[in-house]
Amino acid sequence: MNLNHWKLERDADGIAWATLDKAGASTNILSADVLVELAQLLDECDREPPKGLIFRSGKAAGFIAGADIEEFARLDSAESARALVARGWDLYNRLAAVRYPTLALVRGHCMGGGTELSLACRYIVAVDEPSTKMALPEVMLGIFPGWGGMKRLPERVSPPEALDMMLSGRNIDARKAKRMGLADECAPPRVADATARGLLLSGRPRKSRPLLHRLMNGPLKFFVASQARKQVAKRARPEHYPAPYAIIDCWAKHNGNALASPEFVDSIVRSATAKNLVRVFFLQDRLKAFGKESAVAARHLHVVGAGVMGGDIAAVAAMRGLTVTLQDQSLERVAAAIGRASKLYERRIKDKLLRRSALDRLIPDPEGHGAARADVVIEAIFEDLEAKRDLLAALEAKMKPDAVLASNTSSLRLEDIATTMKNPARLVGIHFFNPVAMMPLVEVVEAKGADPEMLARAAAFVRQIDKLPLPVKSAPGFLVNAVLGPYMLEAMRCVDEGITAETVDEAMLAFGMPMGPIELADTVGLDIAFAAGKQLAEGAEPPRCLAERVGRNDLGKKTGKGFYVWTNGKPAKATAERVEPGLANRLVTPLIDRTRALVDAGIVADADLADAGVIFGTGFAPFTGGPLQYARDQKRS
Amino acid sequence: MNAPVYIVDGARTPFLKSKNTPGPFAASDLAVQAGRALLLRQPFAPSDLDEVILGCASPSPDEVNIGRVLALRLGCGDKVPGWTVMRNCASGMQALDSAIANIQCGRSQLVLAGGTDALSRAPLLFSDAMVQWLSGWYATKTVGQKLAALRGFRLGFLAPVLGIVKGLTDPVVGLMMGQTAENLAWKFGISRRTMDEFSAESHLRVTAGRAAGHYGEIVPLVDSKGNVYAEDDGVRTDSTPDKLGKLRPVFDKPYGSVTAGNSSQITDGAALLLLASEEAVKRWNLKPLGQITDSEWAGLDPAQMGLGPVHASTPILQRHGLGLNDVDAWEINEAFAAQVLGCLAAWEDETYCKEQLGLDKAMGTLDRSKLNADGGAIALGHPVGASGARIVLHVLHRLQSGQKGIATICIGGGLGGAMLVEKS
Repeated sequence: MNLNHWKLERDADGIAWATLDKAGASTNILSADVLVELAQLLDECDREPPKGLIFRSGKAAGFIAGADIEEFARLDSAESARALVARGWDLYNRLAAVRYPTLALVRGHCMGGGTELSLACRYIVAVDEPSTKMALPEVMLGIFPGWGGMKRLPERVSPPEALDMMLSGRNIDARKAKRMGLADECAPPRVADATARGLLLSGRPRKSRPLLHRLMNGPLKFFVASQARKQVAKRARPEHYPAPYAIIDCWAKHNGNALASPEFVDSIVRSATAKNLVRVFFLQDRLKAFGKESAVAARHLHVVGAGVMGGDIAAVAAMRGLTVTLQDQSLERVAAAIGRASKLYERRIKDKLLRRSALDRLIPDPEGHGAARADVVIEAIFEDLEAKRDLLAALEAKMKPDAVLASNTSSLRLEDIATTMKNPARLVGIHFFNPVAMMPLVEVVEAKGADPEMLARAAAFVRQIDKLPLPVKSAPGFLVNAVLGPYMLEAMRCVDEGITAETVDEAMLAFGMPMGPIELADTVGLDIAFAAGKQLAEGAEPPRCLAERVGRNDLGKKTGKGFYVWTNGKPAKATAERVEPGLANRLVTPLIDRTRALVDAGIVADADLADAGVIFGTGFAPFTGGPLQYARDQKRS
Repeated sequence: MNAPVYIVDGARTPFLKSKNTPGPFAASDLAVQAGRALLLRQPFAPSDLDEVILGCASPSPDEVNIGRVLALRLGCGDKVPGWTVMRNCASGMQALDSAIANIQCGRSQLVLAGGTDALSRAPLLFSDAMVQWLSGWYATKTVGQKLAALRGFRLGFLAPVLGIVKGLTDPVVGLMMGQTAENLAWKFGISRRTMDEFSAESHLRVTAGRAAGHYGEIVPLVDSKGNVYAEDDGVRTDSTPDKLGKLRPVFDKPYGSVTAGNSSQITDGAALLLLASEEAVKRWNLKPLGQITDSEWAGLDPAQMGLGPVHASTPILQRHGLGLNDVDAWEINEAFAAQVLGCLAAWEDETYCKEQLGLDKAMGTLDRSKLNADGGAIALGHPVGASGARIVLHVLHRLQSGQKGIATICIGGGLGGAMLVEKS
């Protein structure tokens, strides 16, 4: 048998080890040719049945990253979509039916089709390492786990947990997988092979499921499904995101077989939402690639300014393994940042010792010794031209000659703050968004004459801390703030015209934004919105409703009152009035126009990157594919 | 002539008084925070250290080789060895001495050494009776056996043993440390009032020392809730002998004279120094604070352990031909006021000097202005493992260029340690 991507070896015990090592790729993906070979491999095992069959990965990176999304993106007909679903569904059914025991030895990432392959095996062994993560993330691409995931996951774990996993796309680590019954064993790497061998040959039946699980996958199915629909409705509207609702229906009505309802596959797989989400997925890869233009890995980050931005940048970087020194004139501010970091780590880092290590790496540095050691230095002090000039000159004098010097400024021109530097070409902008831990995008800002090597290093650093770098040119508001400005301005003009804040916000929530523009203004702070508006508005009058509130010092969330009254971090909202048709369009148009203008002006390299930036920087309704894609679709329809 | 050993730099945490509840920092947390600030300001990386040596009298059970824990947590990397030394109250000084030995024999060039202790986290232990009962309980198999075991249980078994009390009791002569101090008060006729005056003076000297900026050695601590601990928190700026006079004795109740107020406080803290060979100083172009020119350890009657400093520092003085007041600054760790006063009295006592030190006359009277000029452990606290390193660092900070200082400490179990330092 001649296989390109798989290796099938039989050991002395008669166990067949099927190792997937996809040729010419760094990660295993289940492209058509890989599945064809898997069928051949099963043929071979039919001819000469082994004592058992173990699937494992030949890649250091992980087990299987899922189906081939490019194949998916190329689907051009209802038949081809159906064929793609059938390919995996049938093959995995065949695997699930073999008479010899089968086992998936999962180490590293195991996504989508990889998890479904594992589910078709009798046993799953998850290797206990932080990198081991099992998930069915199809929903994030607007599709469903159609290769048996919707059928077999609810048969293996409790149906509500199965639905949660499929509807959220959430990663499950090895220990959790064992706890919830997804994996039969969770074994450290040193005994993983022995565990797989032992379990495979044990003849042990799978643990019988609790009665309640069986009931929930049987007579109680419709009750569980309706609960799940209610949960999903809180997060996604069916007109924006049909896939989660389809997943619930497919499980409840067709026992997870997507092929049972012919129109179903096409309506989801080739929906505009799926097409746009896949597009966003590829755009995300494009952003990630900007981080690969420099191979220099930073080890030490020095941050000056321990306010909300600086402190949180430091916290995220330390969480990602960098040594971070955090400088501020006020040790109390540094300490408060460490307090916030500690809360973040409680949520994000489960292992107590790893949490401690992250805190150990986050070092208060009131005297700024870290600048001399750092590979990347970011200033995030208050927006004052003279203060920044003095600081940058002082930092430049202390720093290693090849270290990146960056400013997180959002309102000052990099060209202006670099004037005191010996080598202004060295300065780059690394502009984060608040809250840093949540927002995936970071703008890497190129001032006139900036050193390309420094920009490449800045982007690599952004990737290193698991953010998405977007290269932009130095201009007021860069991309993200510049497009938000006219959008929020228009929203406030609506308020000036007598439309209630609630109604304005509801219009945009119905459009698909994660937060309405007025609530966003309150969250950002009305003083900041006012100042940014002045900078971006080119002389236009600020909206009356904004000026009044700023005049009264009602600055939004931080003062407890702005457009809304805020208690415990939540705005008190009255019921929205009926949203006039066309209101959302009126609000989003200035955003689209500005995005297009910025592409035309070359602030961002092309329309696709602009869409990516606006989605990852503002949360702009991802199912639309971004503002410019949305505008194109509108024109077409 | 031994090769010179340089003190490059040093830092310590604030000393945090035990509030009868586990403090916010484990012993290794304290050392990490002092150590990373200290290393950050050096021209070399943590991985350039040759070793890390940490003194700790009561490491918690999950970090018994706390020196290695410190090295790894400071980011020294897998290859820098870390180890732990224990000589009770002089563990931190022992760490320095071990570093000196390794530097002088050429094994190491650059060593991070010092001490740490989180006494507030000293464990509560099961009593022997409880341990006996538990081991019986674990061995039971049948319900009958379990019932029988339960019948043998007494509520009194649950009374915990304070680890700290065990640690501060001499295991050979059975005296609590405070009782050895009572011995010295009795031996030299030191009155309660004198002790309280000395103690109030310690608080006042720390207060003045702070105002004069003599505590630059402190690196503030930050806890995971975002609180800052910037200063030694046991210092009472309003302490007076009269106020201290109201406290009741705690060791020889009710008529003794050693109280909580004229003893060192139970405290959490860490102090670390960077020691370097001549070669390392040149290689990294370091600007050392000074040198450790001599050190000495001595043994004496455990029931009078407080006189350890007399026994350890007198031979140093003799070797260098120095009188008590030829040394420009002294730090005698203030375990107890009676104990420091006892040391001064011993040097003044002709009989003691002749019989115990083999001198032909009394050493003389130590000028009190040279001694603990910025106060001591009665005000600052005595995180056992850290104190020996703290006093070496502090005495160096008090010296002018070319001056000499001695830091010396009494050690539970009947020992004394002393180091002679010289400012560069």
